[in-house]
Amino acid sequence: MPDASRWILAAVLAMSASACVTINIYFPAAAAEKAADRIIDEVWQLREGAAAAPAPGPAQGESK
Amino acid sequence: MSLLSTTRRRLGACLLGLVMAAVVHAQGNLEIDTPAIAALKQSMQKRHAQLAPLYAAGAVGLAADGTVALRDAGSVPLAQRAQANAAIAAENADRAALYREIARANDHPEWEADVRRTFAQRWIDRAQPGWWVQQGGKWVQK
Repeated sequence: MPDASRWILAAVLAMSASACVTINIYFPAAAAEKAADRIIDEVWQLREGAAAAPAPGPAQGESK
Repeated sequence: MSLLSTTRRRLGACLLGLVMAAVVHAQGNLEIDTPAIAALKQSMQKRHAQLAPLYAAGAVGLAADGTVALRDAGSVPLAQRAQANAAIAAENADRAALYREIARANDHPEWEADVRRTFAQRWIDRAQPGWWVQQGGKWVQK
């Protein structure tokens, strides 16, 4: 009995470890886009009192 | 036997939890709150005051590779051209460092090119009306 559960535990650990590796290999495109937008907001100062941005309004953020 | 199946069920639930946690993690946020990234942001934000009029005049455009480029030197008075070039060079150095730092802050230096591509697209998408952006190898005005 303990043998079986030990085997299962080992399998679970191996699977979860491989799952982590698999997931992390892929570039998280959506998260990167969000991060880019946050940084662009700050660099172009689109959130707080954007004097240079006329019509679209800074609160809308997304242009499409 | 029933103890084994209970253990198995419990471990199955545990595995499911791990997988879900990993998925959530993958869809979460990228780490961008590091001192290096903050310093780059601040430097770029300060420089934006200098670059914004150049974007508006069409002298400088947002290139497809995530950099800024001198598009029309003629629209910059000769006396200010060296200054504009210096601002462009400094901006591109900061941007390159920013892409590299974001990839590194997330423990994936190999993501640098992907980060750059993502930024290139977002700079262009979010450029203000009147600014010039590079699309399909050509400069177009937004």
